[in-house]
Amino acid sequence: MGEAGRLVEGLRAYRLIAGMWIRSTLAYRVSFALTVAGGLMVTGLDFVAILLMFSQVDVLGGYTLPEVAFLYGLSATSFGLADLAIGSAGRLGSRVRDGTLDTLLVRPAPVLAQVAADRFALRRVSRLIQGALVLGYACAALDVAWSPVKVALVPVMLVCGGVIFSAVFVAGAAFQFVAQDASEVQAAFTYGGQTLLQYPPTVFGKELVRGVTFVLPLAFVNWVPAAHVLGRPYPLGLPQWAASAPPLVAVACCAVAGLAWRAGLRTYRSTGS
Amino acid sequence: MGSARLYAAVAAGGFRRYATYRVATAAGVFTNTVFGLILVYTYLALWDERPHLGGYDQAQAVTYVWLGQALFATLAIQGGGFETELMERIRTGEVAVDLYRPADLQAWWLASDLGRALFQLLGRGVLPFVFGAVFFPTALPLDPVTWLAFGVTIALAMVVSFGIRFLVALSGFWLMDGTGAVQVLMVTGMFFSGMALPLNAFPRPLGDIVTLLPWSALLQMPADVLMGRTDPLPAFAFQAGWAVVLLAVGRLVQGAATRRVVVQGG
Repeated sequence: MGEAGRLVEGLRAYRLIAGMWIRSTLAYRVSFALTVAGGLMVTGLDFVAILLMFSQVDVLGGYTLPEVAFLYGLSATSFGLADLAIGSAGRLGSRVRDGTLDTLLVRPAPVLAQVAADRFALRRVSRLIQGALVLGYACAALDVAWSPVKVALVPVMLVCGGVIFSAVFVAGAAFQFVAQDASEVQAAFTYGGQTLLQYPPTVFGKELVRGVTFVLPLAFVNWVPAAHVLGRPYPLGLPQWAASAPPLVAVACCAVAGLAWRAGLRTYRSTGS
Repeated sequence: MGSARLYAAVAAGGFRRYATYRVATAAGVFTNTVFGLILVYTYLALWDERPHLGGYDQAQAVTYVWLGQALFATLAIQGGGFETELMERIRTGEVAVDLYRPADLQAWWLASDLGRALFQLLGRGVLPFVFGAVFFPTALPLDPVTWLAFGVTIALAMVVSFGIRFLVALSGFWLMDGTGAVQVLMVTGMFFSGMALPLNAFPRPLGDIVTLLPWSALLQMPADVLMGRTDPLPAFAFQAGWAVVLLAVGRLVQGAATRRVVVQGG
């Protein structure tokens, strides 16, 4: 079977498993609604923290509230996409520890699709909704001359950002094959990355910005393309074409994450007894 | 005397239980350090814009960030201590076994949680704090008495933190499914403890209210005592007051719960 065939098969398995979990979640509708509402509050709080900061200052790192909200909305929404689609992979460590990954290996479906859809949690949609609300507010409040390119860049950023974060999730899952107990390290890059991108790049030390541009290219989720939309200087003086790089970066991230995933899966030895 | 030995043994067990997972602890140290780094830059930008916001200078704001990361796991500010376990025992009915033991439910879990908190302070808290103090300008006192007072505020904060989470856990007797209660714990913990932003940097009327709530005993009080912004004695009194109130309410609720508890499947 060719690569395309495996992709189709993987997506089909993903759809079936995720669908099963969604049906099981919606069996308790009130509980689900309450959980989503609670999730909105939890995720909304870090934006409230930003609002509180802006109750004391007019600009943060040279960025105004609508501009920070724009960064926040892009970061939170694309992270929400990735977390909803593939966030379950973050809990792979427990399956590696207790050996239940064996079950997934003997099923006739790609393991990554199964891991990604495992216990698919529709409640994570709350992060997505909250991020989209902030993004909507930002787009309305921003004082930007919206050219067609800038308008088109917003959905491109969300999709590419979602893919980049998904790649981080997959790489993190691959890391858990080796690290097992160290699953919390992953949170530093996923949740940490998401928090980092909510603030302007001008706030952070140059070394840190270099790291998230060239090593772990999270800067392409929003910092670089958003700089184009906002008409701000690019972080690290990157060239103008860098704003159109997110799709390429996303593809490269997926390739690296895919290799890491294969390498990780090969090291899996199940539990002893 | 015998019961003191029992609870000391339970506390030691709590300590050892968390000390077993060394790799997980190292991972936690790494994660707290990364989050500290992110937060410290945003605070520096904020204090750059508004020097002396909330009465802190930049070094004090930086110290506050790293203290928050050091105490994040210790005081289970977002939850993550014993409460999920106790809730699960309430849900499955295993709590009946706990109630049968010749030990008090509240004191047992308090001892075990203090053991956990002490380990997480030493294992997870110290390193991010040292990292912050080495690489960023911090405002740390030289006076050993201040450090001693700071130690007392942390011990009291541990008890207050337990008191809050014990009430959340007991809600399981009525709610059965604790997801919602744990979510509320997360929200209130992050926000009212000053983990997101120091309480003294909150805008005026809101800031005055949140400093009176029990969560301000967790992070704000130890920070203010360490940086000499508050006299230790009023801080102790505030923390101890909330500790007593929370433990007493916990006791009342525990009494009510055990009178009405119907063991699942029994």
